[in-house]
Amino acid sequence: MATPNTPLWEVFIRSRNGLAHKHCGSLHAPDATMALQAARDLYTRRGEGLSIWVVPSSAITASDPADKAMMFEPAESKIYRHPTFYEVPEEVGHM
Amino acid sequence: MYTQALNSPEEGSLAEDAVRASRFQARIDAEERIEPNDWMPAAYRKTLVRQISQHAHSEIVGMLPEGNWITRAPSLRRKAALLAKVQDECGHGLYLYAAAETLGASREELVDAMLAGKAKYSSIFNYPTLTWADIGVIGWLVDGAAIMNQIPLCRCSYGPYARAMIRVCKEESFHQRQGYEIMLTLCRGTAEQKAMAQDALNRWWWPVLMMFGPPDQASQHSDTSTKWKIKRFSNDELRQKFIDATVPQAQYLGLTIPDPEMTQDEQGHWRHGPIDWNEFKQVLAGNGPCNRDRLAARRKAHADGAWVREAAAAYAEKRARRQMAQAAE
Repeated sequence: MATPNTPLWEVFIRSRNGLAHKHCGSLHAPDATMALQAARDLYTRRGEGLSIWVVPSSAITASDPADKAMMFEPAESKIYRHPTFYEVPEEVGHM
Repeated sequence: MYTQALNSPEEGSLAEDAVRASRFQARIDAEERIEPNDWMPAAYRKTLVRQISQHAHSEIVGMLPEGNWITRAPSLRRKAALLAKVQDECGHGLYLYAAAETLGASREELVDAMLAGKAKYSSIFNYPTLTWADIGVIGWLVDGAAIMNQIPLCRCSYGPYARAMIRVCKEESFHQRQGYEIMLTLCRGTAEQKAMAQDALNRWWWPVLMMFGPPDQASQHSDTSTKWKIKRFSNDELRQKFIDATVPQAQYLGLTIPDPEMTQDEQGHWRHGPIDWNEFKQVLAGNGPCNRDRLAARRKAHADGAWVREAAAAYAEKRARRQMAQAAE
């Protein structure tokens, strides 16, 4: 067990053309090439994907759930950012 | 995929921040999912690491009894299916290890605990697969019991565990169907083949019922797990659901459930006779027919793979050094 812990990677898969890559899980691999191969074996055994991204988990900076209010509350009170906030007379039709 | 309620006793929880604990419980009660970086009581974290890693170990050890028959599968069709199934079990183990790691445990420490014999895995994998019919019974009943356990876990309060379970359950249905198909083929075959199917059912029936864990009155900490919405049905409830689903399937095969006391009550439930819980305790304590074999096989596989892990790590390090040197030029 002298070997250092194998790095963790986050796996993102594009399931169909036209869709974004979506996070589907994580895995351990010593390098990017092996991470891609492992992701193929682990997450696309039933044709789930057309394209895979692997990203070292250590490269991800995440927001702190404790800061949830500070981060996201300001957006909640700004309903004027949504189209339904504005009144358009029915006679004008679809806008 | 194979879960088991092992119900080992929980140590006393530390004094937690009462306000945060009640806020946490309120989120659980509101069916909110708990995510890795959210605050959680230490006991919740510990329970989950234990349960998820035991579940992962079960998947990995579970490859052994079935792997035993890959080279002896009776046709190419059966062999391809069994290979795919065993590969799925490995995948399920890896999804689960990843879920346990989101709680702060490292893969290496989890695997080491299993290899050292300190971590538990489902008792069912300490039974041998003596004939090809055992592969049919494992798919039909062991995976069938696992599905009963796992479907409610798709709604477990811990997000990463619930998501892993959704993936697993989608893949699990193939396992059960391929097992039942093997049984159906044997039961429609020669008298000897049918006798082999019955013999496999006789040997596996009781150990499969034990997969749901001890009876409710003997189960120590289901209460906390229920409060935290990790567990949504009791061991006995799940066992009953499984039996009610399975008895008609056995009847269709023309097989007899090896329980002379099995009767149907007025509500239509099939009631089983007494389970030998002493056997369950013995198997969990390491005295089942294959406990030593299974651990020895895992240790050998881990030791035999050591040079691969070392070589891959050395190669990755060399490449990284070279890239650094090139970037510095």
